[in-house]
Amino acid sequence: MDHITFLVAVVIVTALAFDFTNGFHDTANAMATSIATGALRPKTAVLISGALNIAGAFLSTEVARTISGGIVDDTLVTPGMIFAGLVGAILWNLLTWLLGLPSSSSHALFGGLIGAVWVGAGSHGVHFDKVVEKVLIPAFASPVVAGLAALLATYLAYRITARARKESVTRGFRLGQIASASLVSLAHGTNDAQKTMGVITLTLISAGALGHDAGPPAWVIASAGLAIGLGTCLGGWRIIRTMGKGLTDIQSPQGFAAEAASTTVILTSAHLGFALSTTQVCSGGILGAGLGRRLAEVRWGTAGRMVIAWLVTLPAAALVGGVSAGVVKHGGNAGTVVIALVAAAVSAFIVITSRRNPIHANNVNETHEVTIRGTAPTRVGSAA
Amino acid sequence: MHLDWTALGQVTVVSIGVTVAVVVVFALGVLGLAQAEAARERDGRSHPLAVAQAGLCFLACAAVVVYGIYLIVPQFH
Repeated sequence: MDHITFLVAVVIVTALAFDFTNGFHDTANAMATSIATGALRPKTAVLISGALNIAGAFLSTEVARTISGGIVDDTLVTPGMIFAGLVGAILWNLLTWLLGLPSSSSHALFGGLIGAVWVGAGSHGVHFDKVVEKVLIPAFASPVVAGLAALLATYLAYRITARARKESVTRGFRLGQIASASLVSLAHGTNDAQKTMGVITLTLISAGALGHDAGPPAWVIASAGLAIGLGTCLGGWRIIRTMGKGLTDIQSPQGFAAEAASTTVILTSAHLGFALSTTQVCSGGILGAGLGRRLAEVRWGTAGRMVIAWLVTLPAAALVGGVSAGVVKHGGNAGTVVIALVAAAVSAFIVITSRRNPIHANNVNETHEVTIRGTAPTRVGSAA
Repeated sequence: MHLDWTALGQVTVVSIGVTVAVVVVFALGVLGLAQAEAARERDGRSHPLAVAQAGLCFLACAAVVVYGIYLIVPQFH
């Protein structure tokens, strides 16, 4: 273990911290609609999702050989840049969680890395054409495809079951939702936990602790799986509220259609080698399901804020990643410590701010808004 | 820059097709179940045709789920 320097140790801890935020940030993708329609009780939903995330992490050992899928030049990447990129991704994930905005954890990670490599190695280290091909195009296309699929499916589901008894229909689709939500969780575990495994493995390789073609050691698989699973179990209730209640009022046939659309888009794209954001796909599916039921209200204000968050995610994480990389590059170990402390302080501040209007398993379905100002004491009192 | 429009088109067509098919079949299953329940309450006897419709539809959906798990887990490939 003498290869593991101070910096490498810091990168591993930071990567696991990112994995943890990735977990609770993305619980909503799989479970928000199931929680909103009452298919699963909130605590049960996040436990199932967490367990399937861990299972997914262990199932899939085909770790990508590149950190970023070719978006940055991996040969120029140093542990310092990875650390800076992770800091950018973590801070952006926490901020959007505070605001209850479902933004993409993958884009945050890509953004952080792009910024860090740009500052650390120069603009030639970033492959901008790959950014367009692998990030921007799927980011525009995938939510639209999922939305269209969910829209059509929702419309037909309501047409087919229009004359049937409402209670039977609601119950039937709720049961279906448990299966569809579980599939989303499993797919998420195999994809997202692997990103962190890849980051840690490549850091170890670049530090000489592992051979060049080594796969992730067992402890990396286990810790990455546990970090994302524990994060998921914590439940990103703020984002769950926005996705389950904020975008539109979801009924169980819509929830089923949205989840079916998300699962299919995620699986077909993964099969054909498209990297995409689970978050954006699931949000697109939910919006489509909202439009597919006649008279269902889609809250375009919330949807608009979410889309703005999608657009800002990559540049914002890149900015933080770039600034961090600059400090780490010129400050060495001292700079790394400074960035780590500043990041910890900002994270603590965000978590403390979230306490002013806490959202948890018991009040997640009460309203559709996520505010950061304290709400009227009556509501807080009844929720506690 | 190389954009793979064929792959993008495939994702679109396959995703929409599979989603709509699964949800329609599941909805038919739910409809069968609802009719069976309604019939049982109305005249007190079971409705084998509706139950069979529901069973077949849910079986088809279960098959799609199994295929989904097959796609997710690389060891099966």
